[in-house]
Amino acid sequence: MLRDQISEIIETEPVALFMKGTPSFVACGNSQRALSALRAAGAPITAVDILPDPRFRQELSGLSGWPTIPQVFVNGELVGGADIVEELAATGALERKLTDALGDDYRDRQAERVIALSAA
Amino acid sequence: MASVATKPLQELLNEAFPDATELSVVDRTGGGDHFQVTVASPRFEGLSLVDQHRLVYDALAGPLGDGSIHELRIKTKGT
Repeated sequence: MLRDQISEIIETEPVALFMKGTPSFVACGNSQRALSALRAAGAPITAVDILPDPRFRQELSGLSGWPTIPQVFVNGELVGGADIVEELAATGALERKLTDALGDDYRDRQAERVIALSAA
Repeated sequence: MASVATKPLQELLNEAFPDATELSVVDRTGGGDHFQVTVASPRFEGLSLVDQHRLVYDALAGPLGDGSIHELRIKTKGT
């Protein structure tokens, strides 16, 4: 089920970024802002494109209770959308959160990958 | 600066945050669907940014749900 796919990503990926487009083809300025902030903090990023099917976004927002895209989760916890992630990055709080959640050496695992949801 | 587009949002926020020390809605593009909302309220004290933004989303659930807001930027502050 779609909702199970989404919750599995949220629960198992260290840093999940639900966005419009993918890191190599970002389709929205706010998704770009969140991606840039995570990159600058050295985060390992698992990106999920919510654009291919409107149900992706509906299910995600139903799960998280957060109405807008992007949404960033660290170890299953909603960190916020573009405004919050940018604000946390500017104060250094994002790096502290990543260190607390993923360990001192999280930057060594910096990578970007994309998971595609299946609508079936 | 109130406009046809920002006034309804301003009113919803005034209702939700009657004790706000700062409250503004800016139509970022002039197109009436990209907004920057700034709210400073004692209600935010002790809340995480996620919970602060949730209060703003709750106040604007109507226009967020009916598609009249295409993009919303939020800045919240405790007082």
